[in-house]
Amino acid sequence: MAKITLSHLKHSYYPNPTKSEDWALKELNLEWDDGGAYALLGPSGCGKTTLLNIISGLLIPSHGKVIFDEEDVTDLPPEERHIAQVFQFPVVYDTMTVYDNLAFPLRNRGVDEETVKSRVTEIAEMTDLTAMLGRRASGLTADGKQKISLGRGLVRNDVNAILFDEPLTVIDPHLKFQLRSKLKELHQRIQNTMIYVTHDQTEALTFADKVVVMNVGEVVQIGTPEELFETPQHTFVGHFIGSPGMNVLPCEIKNGAAFLNGSKITTTNKAPKDIKKAEIGVRPEYVTFSEKGIDAEIVKVSDAGRFNIVDTMCAGQSVKLLVQEGASIPTGSAKLAFAPNSTRIYSDGWLVREGGAK
Amino acid sequence: MLELKQVVKKVGAETHIYAANLTLEPGSFNILLGTTLAGKTTLMQLMAGLEKPTSGEIWFNGENVTGMAVQKRNVSMVYQQFINYPNMTVFENIASPLRVSRISEDLVKKRVGDMADLMKISAMLDRHPSELSGGQQQRTAMARAMVKDSDLILLDEPLANLDFKLREELRDELPRIFNERNCIVAYATTEPTEALLFGGRTAALHEGHVVDFGPTGEIYRHPSSLLSAQVFSEPPINTAQVTKSGDRIILNDKVSWKADKALPDGKYTIGIRAHHVLPKKENKNAVAIDGTVQVAELSGSESMIHFDAYGDSWVSLSHGVHPFESGQKATLYADVSRSFYFDQSGKMMNLKAAAA
Repeated sequence: MAKITLSHLKHSYYPNPTKSEDWALKELNLEWDDGGAYALLGPSGCGKTTLLNIISGLLIPSHGKVIFDEEDVTDLPPEERHIAQVFQFPVVYDTMTVYDNLAFPLRNRGVDEETVKSRVTEIAEMTDLTAMLGRRASGLTADGKQKISLGRGLVRNDVNAILFDEPLTVIDPHLKFQLRSKLKELHQRIQNTMIYVTHDQTEALTFADKVVVMNVGEVVQIGTPEELFETPQHTFVGHFIGSPGMNVLPCEIKNGAAFLNGSKITTTNKAPKDIKKAEIGVRPEYVTFSEKGIDAEIVKVSDAGRFNIVDTMCAGQSVKLLVQEGASIPTGSAKLAFAPNSTRIYSDGWLVREGGAK
Repeated sequence: MLELKQVVKKVGAETHIYAANLTLEPGSFNILLGTTLAGKTTLMQLMAGLEKPTSGEIWFNGENVTGMAVQKRNVSMVYQQFINYPNMTVFENIASPLRVSRISEDLVKKRVGDMADLMKISAMLDRHPSELSGGQQQRTAMARAMVKDSDLILLDEPLANLDFKLREELRDELPRIFNERNCIVAYATTEPTEALLFGGRTAALHEGHVVDFGPTGEIYRHPSSLLSAQVFSEPPINTAQVTKSGDRIILNDKVSWKADKALPDGKYTIGIRAHHVLPKKENKNAVAIDGTVQVAELSGSESMIHFDAYGDSWVSLSHGVHPFESGQKATLYADVSRSFYFDQSGKMMNLKAAAA
């Protein structure tokens, strides 16, 4: 296990990058604590796979360093980094038994059979594979095979980190739910550094203690799931996390305050003088119907079971709000209120900090 | 109107569909909800005429179409794995179903343009599928399926392979698109939330059986059986065995609550959805369930707590962040006024719809 430091990391697949778009990964500095659970989250093409490949050693970055504990491993090949990886598609040796599959990484490193047996038994118990140890891997279902891949990733106790690359993609939705909580449980028992790459917010947020949100080659926010939900640093994070995502509403600014169609909106922050592309961000969870507020027209109510998603037109813009199951919803016209502590001004996409600086 | 009358599909010794009876009304949006292998795809292939039923009949607008070839029926289908012609532009891909029917080039242009606008791929019309993102490719495939006026459009998990956010966006757009047409839509999904958001009518499928069919919200809030409730719950619905005796429902010697008089004495399975089991007592009807936390998944805005109590696995889904350590003893509160009661055959016994 190790602490992982990424220092001034940058990568371009071009030999002489000039434009911003030439960088698959823009400059990035971060530290991952030993034993933490992390996620890299972003849409396809955001650079998360590039970053994963740099950590595993499949790719040497054009700039910057990868450091495990105190050791610079930037130029080390994958096999010398002691990293276990679990991929999107299960990698199993079909002709081998489940036991031999799990034992493979240990035997490869000349571990004695007694230790192999005790490790495999332990890991099989954790991954619910005990009953299948004697069976050939070829007969297993997709989730059974993926459990073997998981188990193989966990079986060595000398790895620096375990990397998961969209490990639940091929798993049936109802089994996804089981494997997801299993993985979380395994992390709590093993306490190894785990890095989980996905485009699925639910997987990232439930698994990780800290999530790195990426968009177009750039880290837009690193934070706990709660921070990402409560204080998105960028409208992209607000939109990408949460379902439905944050309402992002272009607004007017007068004396540092935000206005929608002439109505003043109370926000946690003040707009700076040089604000660019002023927008208000407020999550649907923090919009309510109220006696006083901004006029809105109800466009659509979608029943999501636990809650309703209400689409409104408010000040010429689409504003969504969440209403709990059983609560009354007006028809036609209504007034909306935005919770002041959860309503913020964004400048050119970025959250305007208290005091006005970006 | 599309009617399936006692439709059975067997393949060799295996039965894939057991005597399905379904009536899909004109202009309706119908969801086929179930896990993989529940029979959704087979049912769609039967509806389309791609498969012939082993027995039973399929009627369309009063005409028996059982065994009529798919080419003779005005049907479109979209698969989970988007299929486009790689050597054609997006425009030609979308236009292809119109090429067989002899309509003027102007009308083709208009139709394709309208469809591309709706699917937000107007800027991509001159490109080839390989130059598009996965989401754009799937929208191209969907635009092609919808460009002609089909009587029946079948969508087999069309959003399953797309990114989360794109799925959300298309989920919003699709009903609007179909609202403007007078075709019958059947839409297969594994996700209860997706079914709810689409509304319309839902058929709950389980291992080849249609276990429920009706307006989506009604099926969700008043499932006719335990199987239907299980198909329509994500996370899984909590179940436990209880005994009704006199005016009490008894879970075990520690936990019991007041019974509805209308329920006869006897043994029942209760079903309580995860969001009615909370880490705090928020409802006076809630009963305390003491258990051991397996794992707590905190998503930043919600907490999902998996715990064991009295020999059953339970799941709680609540707002906010409620941290628990694995192995920790905890008390969770089940709002039993929201529980379903199923008799020993699995039949729903609640008289009025419990608003679950």
